[in-house]
Amino acid sequence: MSNKIIKVENLSKAYQIGQIGTGTISKDLERFWVTKVLGKEDPFLRIGETNDRSVKGESNIVWSLRDINFEINQGDAVGIIGKNGAGKSTLLKLLSRVTSPTTGEIKVKGRIASLLEVGTGFHPELTGRENVYLNGAILGMRKKEITRKLDEIIDFSGVERYIDTPVKRYSSGMYVRLAFAVAAHLESEILIVDEVLAVGDAEFQKKCLGKMSDISKGQGRTVLFVSHNMAAVKSLCNSGIVLENGKVVYQGESDDAVNFYLSNSSKTKDISLQNRLDRLGNLKLKVVGVDFLNDKNQSVTQVISGELLKVRLHIEKRSFVDLSKLFVGIAFFDNQENRVLSFFSDEMASDFTNLEKSNYIELNIPKFFIRAGGYDLTIQLSDGSTRADSFIDVVEKAAEIFVLPGDIWQTGKTNRAGTYAVLPGFFES
Amino acid sequence: MQHIQPEKWDLVIKGHTSLFDVKFKDLWHYRDLLAMFVKRDFVSFYKQTILGPLWFFIQPIFTTIVFSFVFGNLAGISTDGAPKYLFYLTGITSWAYFSDCLTKTSTVFRDNANIFGKVYFPRLIMPLSIVVSNLVRFGVQLLLLICMMIYFYFFPEGTFHITPAILLFPVLVLLMALLGLGLGLIITAMTTKYRDLTFLVTFGVQLLMYATTVIYPLSYAREKGYDHIVQLNPMTGVIEAFRYAFLGTGEFTAASLGYSAVVTIIILFLGIIIFNKTEKNFVDTI
Repeated sequence: MSNKIIKVENLSKAYQIGQIGTGTISKDLERFWVTKVLGKEDPFLRIGETNDRSVKGESNIVWSLRDINFEINQGDAVGIIGKNGAGKSTLLKLLSRVTSPTTGEIKVKGRIASLLEVGTGFHPELTGRENVYLNGAILGMRKKEITRKLDEIIDFSGVERYIDTPVKRYSSGMYVRLAFAVAAHLESEILIVDEVLAVGDAEFQKKCLGKMSDISKGQGRTVLFVSHNMAAVKSLCNSGIVLENGKVVYQGESDDAVNFYLSNSSKTKDISLQNRLDRLGNLKLKVVGVDFLNDKNQSVTQVISGELLKVRLHIEKRSFVDLSKLFVGIAFFDNQENRVLSFFSDEMASDFTNLEKSNYIELNIPKFFIRAGGYDLTIQLSDGSTRADSFIDVVEKAAEIFVLPGDIWQTGKTNRAGTYAVLPGFFES
Repeated sequence: MQHIQPEKWDLVIKGHTSLFDVKFKDLWHYRDLLAMFVKRDFVSFYKQTILGPLWFFIQPIFTTIVFSFVFGNLAGISTDGAPKYLFYLTGITSWAYFSDCLTKTSTVFRDNANIFGKVYFPRLIMPLSIVVSNLVRFGVQLLLLICMMIYFYFFPEGTFHITPAILLFPVLVLLMALLGLGLGLIITAMTTKYRDLTFLVTFGVQLLMYATTVIYPLSYAREKGYDHIVQLNPMTGVIEAFRYAFLGTGEFTAASLGYSAVVTIIILFLGIIIFNKTEKNFVDTI
């Protein structure tokens, strides 16, 4: 049995939303009277309401986290993923003792160091060296410890030349480098990291990821990592926890957790494709649905750059069409309505005769070399030619796919966002 | 029934804890942080100023001159025979230490919401560091007082002499610090919810000075029949003792100093309880 290092039991956290201010004395007194004197339940905490931003709640208390239970083993690198407002940051805040839970408890073995932000407490007037000491002390290091590691920290940060200059003269990149360098040299058993990798240039990001994987894999320490960067979660973590509306909806291997998240998040609630009337063609065949599938044939709404993507068109057969002459076109448009790429079945010499038996057409893209962004799909089914008089079914914006930054080149570096395609290739000199 | 396994956890994070829950072990572990905060306060105070640490002197000197002129010369309030400048300087120095501790501590949560919201360390470190860094300042100003005393020893303008009560000096400083700290802790805890108190503190402390024997001796208040009110103020006993120790004037009784000590301990205790209760969740309301 592996060694548990964190155990979270029935953890909940309630927040008061809306105005806090006028009238709080009277409410506080009421609360005090009811809970402490009468010994009843807090009237301002209504039980059972979940945290869903889009639905208006009844009370002005929301449960940012509700009855969370999980355990983390020593040496695990755990990715915590979820939509904005799912409770990730609240969980980290509770774990790092910035705020305390409303109910439930967290049991921990060893020291926790949390990096909810890099450079907490940096004072602009102090020099880099002085700030290393200050920041290190804030993060719980002893002075001796910092002195012992000072050279290593300065070396890792790469700002050696400016170490005796006040940090207010630093560029933001240097600032972050120095700050992360301090944090990376903490000697705690558990390290909590929140999205800090969003800053700094690619080289430094890689260095940070490398350091973090070194901490978890090399030194056997436990890392909790919150990020929207699915590629980073996949490469860094061995397990994952998916939060949704303040609840743990999935816990398991990090790859599975990422897939679960991608397939369950941001379900579109628009009019279904089947009922749309803004389409052209004789509708002998009708595209009634579009599904995006990943390499495990799971339905997804998001895909990581460079990974496999299948587009499955569900077809309703309404009258006879000569399938040997069927033309299918799928085009991807960015949010500026620019066509980014298209697939034409006639060029690809595709064969759709199988549609006789099945009721879907599938486009398989083994490596989806597209940069991160949102794309709309336009779908065209035609009879023989692409002329308007042979249209069977043409739907603009039939579906939407979100592409997340990935590691197309397999270099450990996350690709830049930007809605355009990437071709395989390499530089040489 | 589930069998409970004997597991050992180093830390249990939960919602409710006992009232007086100060983690002295934690505080001790973070003592280097306290030192760093003090250094930060001191260095950042005079960075990019021309006069630098001299500013520590300028403030009390000018206040003393103005007070001597307004209250000594214009209003003609007696100083119990002590040299005017020394009389006011002793009052100002000790009052300044108390009020600095109080006002700076009273905004601890608001000023540091950013740090407190991102990382955990025993929150009490912050107010303690304020008390210590003001102590540095107080020490510097004490040097000024000693210089002035040497000057007036050679060029007498009134009578003064150091009394054995000077041995109580550390106790007096501790009382000033802890009283300021205790009051500040109560106020900062309450301001996380009720901002109104912030405004009260800024002018309240100024007004409170007039209810303390900073600009007049206790004997003068007694002449006018207000001595009972003035003596209710726990700082009165401390400042009177301070003045008695350095100048030999003023009324120094064990009773009034004892009263100050008891009030200080009660306020400090209360302050720590309220502060502890607030620190757990203040991030959510600030």
